[in-house]
Amino acid sequence: MIRRSLAALLAASVVLPVAARAADLEVTHWWTSGGEAAAVAELAKAFDATGNKWVDGAIAGSGDTARPIMVSRITGGDPMAATQFNHGRQAEELVASGLMRNLDEVAAAENWKDVINPPSLLEGCTLDGHLYCVPVNIHSWEWLWLSNQAFADAGVAVPTNWDEFVAAGPALEKAGKVPLALGQQGWQMSGLFKDLVLGLGGKDLYLKVYGDKDSDLAGGADMAKVFKALGDARTLAKGSNVQNWNEATAMVISGKAGGQAMGDWAQGEFQVAGQVAGKDYTCLAGLGGAQYITTGGDAFYFPALEDEEKSKAQEVLAEVMLSPETQVAFNLKKGSLPVRGDVNLEAANDCMKKGLAILKEGNVLKSADELLSPDTTTQLNDLMSEFFSTELTPEDAQARFAELIASAD
Amino acid sequence: MASDTRPRRPFRNLSAKIASIPMIVTAVCVFLGGTLWTVVYSFTNSKLLPRLNFVGLDQYDRLWSTPRWLVSIENLAIYGVLSLIFSFVIGFLLAALLDQKIRFENTFRTIFLYPFALSFIVTGLVWQWILNPDFGVQNIVRSLGWESFTFNPLYDANLVMYGIVLAGLWQGTGLIMCLMLAGLRGIDEDIWKAARVDGIPTWKTYLYVVIPMLRPVFVTTLVIVMAGIVKLYDLVVAMTSGGPGNASEVPAKYVYEFMFRAQNLGQGFAASTMMLLTVAIIIIPWAYLEFGGRRRG
Repeated sequence: MIRRSLAALLAASVVLPVAARAADLEVTHWWTSGGEAAAVAELAKAFDATGNKWVDGAIAGSGDTARPIMVSRITGGDPMAATQFNHGRQAEELVASGLMRNLDEVAAAENWKDVINPPSLLEGCTLDGHLYCVPVNIHSWEWLWLSNQAFADAGVAVPTNWDEFVAAGPALEKAGKVPLALGQQGWQMSGLFKDLVLGLGGKDLYLKVYGDKDSDLAGGADMAKVFKALGDARTLAKGSNVQNWNEATAMVISGKAGGQAMGDWAQGEFQVAGQVAGKDYTCLAGLGGAQYITTGGDAFYFPALEDEEKSKAQEVLAEVMLSPETQVAFNLKKGSLPVRGDVNLEAANDCMKKGLAILKEGNVLKSADELLSPDTTTQLNDLMSEFFSTELTPEDAQARFAELIASAD
Repeated sequence: MASDTRPRRPFRNLSAKIASIPMIVTAVCVFLGGTLWTVVYSFTNSKLLPRLNFVGLDQYDRLWSTPRWLVSIENLAIYGVLSLIFSFVIGFLLAALLDQKIRFENTFRTIFLYPFALSFIVTGLVWQWILNPDFGVQNIVRSLGWESFTFNPLYDANLVMYGIVLAGLWQGTGLIMCLMLAGLRGIDEDIWKAARVDGIPTWKTYLYVVIPMLRPVFVTTLVIVMAGIVKLYDLVVAMTSGGPGNASEVPAKYVYEFMFRAQNLGQGFAASTMMLLTVAIIIIPWAYLEFGGRRRG
């Protein structure tokens, strides 16, 4: 991971001097897995077609590694022309201190208010009535990816919900499979946890705990069920020694693991591997429980630049990212859902169609990134990685969780 | 001092004084200024950007009730005590052995010192592979026929710190050996001769004569080793990134992650102030004994 990010930094330092030409825009992001890289190439192609030049500033090693680099470049006075963040609270303070430019004019000219669906996406980009970012996709965490082959080898039917999945665990283990593939990084574990809260606990529990920071509820009986399920997950994930999420996905793709709870970006990996939804793998929205998705996702922010021509090119880039053609091409590769309600997604596969159906019914909630500050997120990640690597009981973990929610800002 | 009696001549050695201005400015502004700034802001609730919004001791309260910080301190203590003892013992033993006028001394010295030329990141990556159960020692021993052999420190929360100590020692002991060897070479040949004439065994000479004479070398070494212990960060990042879970977290990593990942500068500053305090607690009594005591005596 470190070697890769070093390599990316070195590569970026070579590319940087080229960015001197007026309409070359350096765009930083952390999309480096196979499916992600294919998707970002679509954005670059569309932007290059306008006569400008996309200078790729990929930073490897997941958002946790990339974000500190991006933030220090912006606060340190060496801003890139555009940068990825998850919309929500990650860039809140940068915007508040005037380091990002507002995009009100482009938004008005392109009529974003009417085309972007769900409208809550733009709310996540708005501060004090001004728009500061361009949402490019909708990513939802709430998916359980299952390997049909692993279940066939174990001689059990592919589960349709979390309980069946837990019940199938022993059979999978007997067949020499790891029931649940889980990368050993805190954010993946707290993602799984959040999926359990929403999938098993339902919408109200999720919104009250994550949104209203209701610590009584966080320590209550409903959450106790979720923590019990988390204990099951810990048992199922024994033997999963991989670090990165895409390595865990690879275990599901190759049939070495039964399933993985991961966001829909995992789908890009299945596609790169040439697998077909419904035939080679199965996806369960909301882990087969409550059918909701959270509309977290990626957005691009544009740091305020002094260079006139670059600022103009930023507007072009913002426009291109939301054009219907780019939206379709990008999201098909990425496995995420487009942010426009008016595009044609006939090419979408089974899993994306499930997501689109949920989106159509309006069963969309704010993502944890929008509800929790990065500070709380880090504490939650720490708690989860401690839980999964020690014998911490679900009860103790719940008590710690309730405390954490009580002190969240 | 004699300078008290001499008239003050501020323009004496002017060029030397001008030349040292950059160093003085750096020391005062960057080191002292930066330290004070950090301590002041540790009493604020700064998030991503520093803000002077004082909240008293809240950040410290939170710090000392965070399990991850407590684990970090405990880990630093384990690493510190073990690497201090072992690097001194092994370093001195190696130096004493090399001091026996053996053949190929240069070759051995180079071999022992070589790991020090590697950064902690490289050391960490190498040892991560050696200790990895699927590729490293465990796999080799098992493939030799001992099927039940288990040696898996990096994936065991109770053992992980010892795995890190092992890598740290491999990297750092060579330097300690060299410092000690330099000290041993400074011992007058006549002392050895006198000891031999008196019929004192070699080990006793080392223990009661040579080691007390090496005190300045030991003090220097101690400072170097201690500084290395407190700033332990890259080795952990390369070997385990704090895992499994948070079993190998260290204070420096806590500081980094709260300042940059969690966007909570106040918390990171509070943690780094605690680190500064730890260093001060070690350094001040030592400096007092070392310098203050001598003047009196």
